[in-house]
Amino acid sequence: MANIFRGSLMCKHVFPYPDVLTTEQKEFTNSLINPFERFFLGVNDAVRNDDNSKIDENTLTALWELGAFGIQVPVDYGGLGLNNTQYGRLCQIVGANDLGLGITIGAHQSIGFKGILLYGTPEQKAKYLPMVSSGKVYAAFALTEPSSGSDAGSIRCRAVKNNNYYILNGSKIWISNGGIADIMTVFAQTEQVDKKTGQKKDKVTAFIVERSFGGVSHGPPEKKMGIKASNTAEVYFEDVKIPIENVLGKEGDGFKVAMNILNNGRFGMGATLSGTMKRCIDIATAHANNRAQFGQKLKNYGSIKEKLAQMSILHYATESMAFTISQIMDSGSQDYHLEAAISKIYASESAWYVCDEAIQILGGMGFMKEAGVERILRDLRIFRIFEGTNDILRLFVALTGIQYAGSHLTDLQRAFKNPSANLGLIFKEASRRAASSIGLGGVDLNSHVVAELKPYAKNTAVCINVFGQTVEELLLKYKKNIVNEQFVLNCLANAAIDIYAMVVTQSRSSRAFSLQLTTAEHELNLTKALTIQASERALRNLRNATSKNSEALTKKMSSIAQTVCENNGVVCTGVLDLN
Amino acid sequence: MARVLVGVKRVIDYAVKVRVKPDKTGVVTQGVKHSMNPFDEIAVEEAVKLKEKKLAGEVIAVSVGPAQSQEVIRTALAMGADRGVHVEIPAAEYELLQPIHVSKILAKLALEEKADLVILGKQAIDDDANQTAQMTAAALDWPQGTFCNKIEKTDAGLTITREIDGGLETIKTKTPAVLSADLRLNTPRYATLPNIMKAKKKPLKKVTAKDLGVDTSPRIEIVSVEDPPVRQAGAAVADVDALVAKLKAGGHA
Repeated sequence: MANIFRGSLMCKHVFPYPDVLTTEQKEFTNSLINPFERFFLGVNDAVRNDDNSKIDENTLTALWELGAFGIQVPVDYGGLGLNNTQYGRLCQIVGANDLGLGITIGAHQSIGFKGILLYGTPEQKAKYLPMVSSGKVYAAFALTEPSSGSDAGSIRCRAVKNNNYYILNGSKIWISNGGIADIMTVFAQTEQVDKKTGQKKDKVTAFIVERSFGGVSHGPPEKKMGIKASNTAEVYFEDVKIPIENVLGKEGDGFKVAMNILNNGRFGMGATLSGTMKRCIDIATAHANNRAQFGQKLKNYGSIKEKLAQMSILHYATESMAFTISQIMDSGSQDYHLEAAISKIYASESAWYVCDEAIQILGGMGFMKEAGVERILRDLRIFRIFEGTNDILRLFVALTGIQYAGSHLTDLQRAFKNPSANLGLIFKEASRRAASSIGLGGVDLNSHVVAELKPYAKNTAVCINVFGQTVEELLLKYKKNIVNEQFVLNCLANAAIDIYAMVVTQSRSSRAFSLQLTTAEHELNLTKALTIQASERALRNLRNATSKNSEALTKKMSSIAQTVCENNGVVCTGVLDLN
Repeated sequence: MARVLVGVKRVIDYAVKVRVKPDKTGVVTQGVKHSMNPFDEIAVEEAVKLKEKKLAGEVIAVSVGPAQSQEVIRTALAMGADRGVHVEIPAAEYELLQPIHVSKILAKLALEEKADLVILGKQAIDDDANQTAQMTAAALDWPQGTFCNKIEKTDAGLTITREIDGGLETIKTKTPAVLSADLRLNTPRYATLPNIMKAKKKPLKKVTAKDLGVDTSPRIEIVSVEDPPVRQAGAAVADVDALVAKLKAGGHA
């Protein structure tokens, strides 16, 4: 994906649409669907969880028995041993039914103990994985601190080495499962000596912390807007004695560990939210099919048609992205971080839109709790914020690509190494990613799509070419200062997101056509509609990145924001104010 | 301890809106979600409960049908059955397979496996025949307890509470016997994911009707499968008198 920034596209990750599961794996995955759904229909009650702001013990016990806490842990360690794609399929069911419960199991396995799966030593795996997959021990991921949100490198928790132990002090906030977890992946500053220079420097190290080490405590459950069923709490560490063998990954490599855990878990959000969107669409469709006003069923009105179609398009693209990425990951590629970031942004914003429109179709009924969509809207809001805010991820997407496109510009390289903006670690991360990308020259998507999509693929190819030219133009114009032009970077990111949506849907619907699926025609329609919208929007965004008009607009906007900030809020004189 | 044979049928999932094939020879099954017949789930649950109460020693799940029928056997194994028997019927032949064939197959297997109890769902939600349990009992010349609401072990055999029109009937029967499960017999468990994994390792034997010496040649011919008639539009009437008049005119009075 990174090479669209050079006006090309690495096709092998997208075309043909990946298909990594064997028939046996597919059959097995399908056999899990029914019982998983039965749990949500028969045992779990999302409304009750939301009302009580907790999941009751019986439900949790059933969830442990169901095997839902160790879905990706290898069978030898007591888990189900599913790969990312199979996990994604189950996530869809969770997303369709209860996002709050989804966070409880997601915070546990998607980030809580994922570090042990990714970086754990054989001893760490043998000790901890059985506990967290079937031993009813909850896990949590503890990175965020009061003064360190998006800027994860600035954490203040500190661990001091003392012979065979580290002594950890500090506190974390908003930790999902923080009040119930006995095993935590905790990030703290540690003093590291540079081997070359001998200088001492603080670097982040990841630790596996057991509550039983002593000195670990937590605050009351936070009162939240949504995902209330999940426990969120502050966690405090006071002289916690961590044995040295509980360092996760290498000492000083904690930031990399944290980013890789988050990157690795991000795909699951797309899958989960595609399930949520499907549920919203189902509810809205049922209403449109049955409700009559002015002597007509709602489904016959153009405004409703437009909404339902748009919702379906967004769902199709979100799901297509999620399972492209899960399958890229399952095929062993390490190069999916840009795609995962794009899909997280796309999924969280699309799901918000889809749920909001479902409520609109339901009208007053949608506003009532009984319809079941207002809870989903509240639950969805956090997805644009946590696990990397969409704003930071947009910068990540744009910068990764620019870094890649401009890797021949030494000035830019220097800017990435010593950024003037305070986004140091994001740049570093972006540059590390970009270096691993491999380019392919020229874009011709024609050979990859079915005949009737060829004109659409051509439009996408135009976008990719313009993208490359735009990035070059921007690099010439701003040189290394491009890294500070967030208005421009956002335009680039948005175009990249649209381009990715186009290629994954073109790939998936081409597959549907080749396999002669009964839904092929519908899928091609979704793809065509999406491509018309997305290609226009992408070109507009790319134009905005360079046009004089947009530059003038950006200046105006900056100045407005500055005035507002200087005055701590709205500045204009009220119409009725006496002057 | 008793050995229980349970029948499990793969049917179109209850939540699916069934569509008739354009050529009217049957309903569309391709690409349609299938699952275990809900009444069979109740039968499996009862058998597994008997095992858990140490009243049964072994539970064997049987499915008669095409290759995909193994899916529901695996589900039964994941719910707690010990082993499976798949009586494979080619897909084309399966379309004309009737309860008479299935009951003969089940009867043969019951003898072969030395079963003490055969528990079946009272009917399958696809053809709604409600015949297999009764005919299996006849083929075996065993007593039958149909539409079970409660099954209790007593010294002499079983005490069975049956659902009948307007109430419940309690009967006593000796074993071996054939029972059919009604809706309120129990609430079936769902298979947990770890148990589905374990079920993959449980034995599943494949036999054919021919192996069992049962003739499955068709006894019926499907003439046409039709959608239920579409509901006719209603009409509003001005008052009760008009309604009564309309009903009378329609021959309802």
